[in-house]
Amino acid sequence: MNAGNVESFEIQYQKIKRNLERLCIETKASAVLLIDKAGQLITSAGDTSMLDIPSFATLSAADFAATSNLADLIGEHDFRTLFHQGKEKSIYVSLIADQVILAIIFPKESTLGLVRIKVNKASTELETLFDNIFAALESEYAGTVDQEFIDEAESELDSLFE
Amino acid sequence: MSLINYSSKEINCKIVYYGPGLGGKTTNIKYIYSKVSPQNRGKLMSLDTELDRTLFFDFLPVNLGKVKGFQVHFHLYTVPGQVYYNASRKLILKGVDGLIFVADSQIERFDDNIESLENLGENLGEYGRIIETIPMAIQYNKRDLPNIVSIAELEEILNLRGLFSCEGVAIDGIGVFEPLKFVSKEVLRNLK
Repeated sequence: MNAGNVESFEIQYQKIKRNLERLCIETKASAVLLIDKAGQLITSAGDTSMLDIPSFATLSAADFAATSNLADLIGEHDFRTLFHQGKEKSIYVSLIADQVILAIIFPKESTLGLVRIKVNKASTELETLFDNIFAALESEYAGTVDQEFIDEAESELDSLFE
Repeated sequence: MSLINYSSKEINCKIVYYGPGLGGKTTNIKYIYSKVSPQNRGKLMSLDTELDRTLFFDFLPVNLGKVKGFQVHFHLYTVPGQVYYNASRKLILKGVDGLIFVADSQIERFDDNIESLENLGENLGEYGRIIETIPMAIQYNKRDLPNIVSIAELEEILNLRGLFSCEGVAIDGIGVFEPLKFVSKEVLRNLK
């Protein structure tokens, strides 16, 4: 693995993490999650201990994908944001850099207006960071998965799926 | 595409069970859920209609454990098989890393298998993916039923590429882990 790439990736990642932490505080959210469009968690900030994260990530991505198709049916390209309002907690979902889903879980003490404004502000910075990461990712793949990794993973698979 | 997250040291792979409606895709996932130890799997989530048909998808996260410092997760999905649910079926294919085609061996479902396989290729094509480039295996399910097509005939029509295939009785766990193991290994090799 190229050390320069790793360093650059780590720096970008830490910036994203800090950005999410700030967003979480500014919006008074209980948790902020970044999820890829295939439904896998990238990273999160805030308290996610009450969440079944794999299910939340999968459903958020499915929710977003289904809504994009609804948009298509009425001639819209995309719905960039979704909002699910609950009695105690609500979820605001927004698309970043066309590839990443940002989900914010916030309590009734916060407001949709505040969340929307802060997300718009954070989005620009996040988009730049993600553009850099996507560019770096390709070369990152090279070193991690070598033959030794595959042999070890295959042996784990054999014992898991017996 | 599999996501390698360097900071949280995770690798996530997405495997989708595809095939005609009522062919046994959900049964496969339920069996896996029942056999994999709780510390290696998450919650099985099913988005069903009232009639127990899969409306959107079933989802089961399986954790392979730590490999060279990385947590490796396989996310297993099923798609709804019914023809009229194509919109949601297509959505599930987004970012797929591996495919298991669950064919229904019954004579009366023969054409449905062909239609589903063609539909798979079309839906992947809409994402700019080519089916031949994705690790895939076929399970000929329901081999315990009396009115079934021979394996030779199924292979001739459904497995032109000579993919890994096996006979299955998913409800009893027969032929469930073999294709999953095969595809999972191929997916890992693809990461390289």
